[in-house]
Amino acid sequence: MAAGAPGGGSTVANTYEKARTWLLLPSWLVLLGLSLIPVIMMLVYSFLTKEFRGGVIWEFSLAAYDQFFFDRGLFGDEPPSIEWTYITIFWRSFWQAGTATLLSLAIGFPTAYFIATRPAGSRAIWVFLITIPYWVNLLIRTVSMKFLLRDQGPLNQVLMSLGLIDSPLHMVNTNFAVQLGLFYSYLPFMVLPIYAAVERYDFSLSEAAADLYASRWVTLRRVLLPAVKPGIIAGCILVFVPSLGSFLAPDLLGGAKNYMIGSLIEEQFKGNAGNWPFGAAASMILLTIVLIILLLFARQQTRHERKEA
Amino acid sequence: MKKHLLPMAAASLIALAGTPAMADGKVVVYHWFEYMPQELIEKFTAETGIDVVMDTFDSNESMLASLKAGGIGTYDVSVPGDYMVKIMANEGLLDTIAEGELSNKGNIQPQWLDVGFDPGRQHSIPYQWGSTSFSVNRDEYQGEINTTDILFDPPTELSGKINVLDSQGEVMALAALHLGIEQCSTDRDKLKALNAMLEEAKGHWASFNSDTAKEVLVSGDALAGMIYSGFSAKGREEGANIEYAFPTQGYIAWMDNVVLLKDAPNRDNALAFMDFLLEPENAAAVTIFARYAAGVDGVSDLLDDALRTLPEGNPPASAGPAVFIDVCDEQTQAVYDQIWTNVKK
Amino acid sequence: MADVSARLDVRTYTGFRAITLLCLCILYAPLLVVTIYSFNSSNSIAAWEGFSLRWYVDVFTGPESAKFKLAAWNSFVIAIVAASVSTAIATLAATGMIRAGKFRLRMLSAGLISLPLMVPEIVTAVATLIFFNAIGFDRGLMTIVLAHIAFCIPFAYLPIAARMQGIDDSFEQAALDLYATRRQAFTRILLPLMAPGIISGFLLAFIVSLDDFIITNFVKGAGVETLPTAIFGAVKQGIKPNIMAISTLLLSVSVVMVTISYFVSKTDKTN
Repeated sequence: MAAGAPGGGSTVANTYEKARTWLLLPSWLVLLGLSLIPVIMMLVYSFLTKEFRGGVIWEFSLAAYDQFFFDRGLFGDEPPSIEWTYITIFWRSFWQAGTATLLSLAIGFPTAYFIATRPAGSRAIWVFLITIPYWVNLLIRTVSMKFLLRDQGPLNQVLMSLGLIDSPLHMVNTNFAVQLGLFYSYLPFMVLPIYAAVERYDFSLSEAAADLYASRWVTLRRVLLPAVKPGIIAGCILVFVPSLGSFLAPDLLGGAKNYMIGSLIEEQFKGNAGNWPFGAAASMILLTIVLIILLLFARQQTRHERKEA
Repeated sequence: MKKHLLPMAAASLIALAGTPAMADGKVVVYHWFEYMPQELIEKFTAETGIDVVMDTFDSNESMLASLKAGGIGTYDVSVPGDYMVKIMANEGLLDTIAEGELSNKGNIQPQWLDVGFDPGRQHSIPYQWGSTSFSVNRDEYQGEINTTDILFDPPTELSGKINVLDSQGEVMALAALHLGIEQCSTDRDKLKALNAMLEEAKGHWASFNSDTAKEVLVSGDALAGMIYSGFSAKGREEGANIEYAFPTQGYIAWMDNVVLLKDAPNRDNALAFMDFLLEPENAAAVTIFARYAAGVDGVSDLLDDALRTLPEGNPPASAGPAVFIDVCDEQTQAVYDQIWTNVKK
Repeated sequence: MADVSARLDVRTYTGFRAITLLCLCILYAPLLVVTIYSFNSSNSIAAWEGFSLRWYVDVFTGPESAKFKLAAWNSFVIAIVAASVSTAIATLAATGMIRAGKFRLRMLSAGLISLPLMVPEIVTAVATLIFFNAIGFDRGLMTIVLAHIAFCIPFAYLPIAARMQGIDDSFEQAALDLYATRRQAFTRILLPLMAPGIISGFLLAFIVSLDDFIITNFVKGAGVETLPTAIFGAVKQGIKPNIMAISTLLLSVSVVMVTISYFVSKTDKTN
């Protein structure tokens, strides 16, 4: 950038170089103090002993992780076997987040594609329309969704007055409601990266394929999809990761049988359970999984960039 | 941009710093949701000049967890149920009210003065007492309801349409009544049976909710639901055809109490608040709002007949015993916690 | 002619328009329904009984109005402070990251800045609660502000950094060549050019702070409520008409803000 600058030291880069530490110091301090150190403290807490009825004792213990992975029976004295309770909750969270991601992809991809193929002038309006709901408070969106889906709610009333159903569909407190809520929470995260990728896509490739008598669906699958794959993967990650640890959608739209990681963790701190080390351990496990996913994603992206170069 | 941002930020910081300045005249109350009428809070502020800062909880256990997680020293009073008063006293979370500090202490009904969970009322005063069992939608189910089978072994019409309180103590106590075993049992076979019974029963339950216990019954989302007596009465008065059950196996009795918390930042205001609640007309205002009974003398004269003869407050002759929840020791509690985890998963 | 339409045809897939419209329906239906029902005159949420503004009157004068007004004020103050501080920090950080050449800790700094984006919200909430508890910091309004400043930084940083990357440093170079001081080059040249990015960053941080529920719920102190925690507390006992009126008000605020920022960025491009 500053390659063509005259000698003598007054280049932009070295102007700021001298001040660099001072420029970055506030962000380092705040983020170290309020993001990184808290996460390290959480790791420490996950190895402490829980106090009877809430709180921690500063004594090293593996009890939290033991409780997560091993079942020692009702009285805690049986030989350990694998504890499926929490693995099931994590698995359910993966499944719910995964289904919500697929739902977002199924609707988000055609939408993003449709928008990206509009005339240049109207694209911004379409993107604007898709993103407006995202700026509305997440809690309000989730509550609105619950209101719409209730047994006696507007959606059921409309469906019944149209004669499509005879009795109300039961949607609140089902897996479907949670998936719909997650989909609703994070859809723009799916649409925007795909939109950006399709917008960059060179349609002469599709035309060339068509000239070679490839059908449109073959063109979509073999030519377009590989080219916009990074956008699709980015969209999936951006929907999947926040869905995995979400709290509001499962809490408000799911019942007792749709317990997800977010609720499990919340209950250890705010609810009945009051087991801080266990809550910290469950958070650590969730964080580890998310970081692994992001790491794989980053590796895949760099590989893709290298291929393009 | 910066020029506008900085004064804005500065003004906001001043506003932020200004908020705690009102601290002299307030009392911080940690209360159950929907349990104190707004007019009564306003009346207290009008009479004493003390502002009420209200925070709410939805179960005794979550209140305890939150107090132990740094809440002590920030709240002045809380409203635990009977067994929780004992637990909190054992944990050293309560302050002692010296003799003579409460001028209205004499208003407490004699039977509620020397109670097992707080002998001599050293830390607490009565708030309201009532019962917990369950209510059934009578439009949808006409069969016999005065049995705990409704919750734990329900008829097919109700299966999958049941809401259960998200409250470990109450669910465990009612389950013990259903099986006819003692609370805080240490008998392995009985505990195994309790665990097995609950694992079976939860297949019939749709949700665990305390705060929506009334709403799901009123809206028809649940056809049967565990609920507090007064909460059920309010639901019935909102138009739901629901009947509160008094199971022959027994049901849960409780008393909620206002306790003075350790390290209360506004101790004097807290005592003024407690004195205020011991005035018969104020206790009556809570009873009229919440549909429970007060433990204060002179309240019943202030209630109308409909409230005195409330079906939710007057058990029939067939009703089983009303039992209070017991406090278990640490080792026994660990087993009950494990059973509860199994139920909730 | 046939050739042209065939070429256009390559781009269109049947059904994609319908799916897009369905997508917009799903996105807007819940919000529209709540807006409509907030004007319902009925006491219950179940049935429509005619148009009325009574629930809006209730929001401002009803029994719960004091609670919600205080919560709204708290939310606003927290969002202003958190957005201002995080925007200032992010502006400095972006200058250090993008204008100051390559340096050894660059990757580490970038990782640190994006940390709040990578850590799931519920984990941040738990970690922050544990942190404040471990250092014995009493929970209150201040803990919420501190937590919000931290997680708002990356949201403020992204538009600011994007804008800065788009500004050629030749303007500042020219100023330096004309014997401007470094401070002048920064405040007179770079900052004004950065203004649209800084405004976007501030607005983004403001909305993100206003939106937050889970972290606030974990770190808030006794009796301190923001609008989301107050609304959450209220809807736990069922959705009531006054909640729908509050939601509609908040919804309008968000839409107005986004529309303004849309047109700000649009006019900026035409300049």
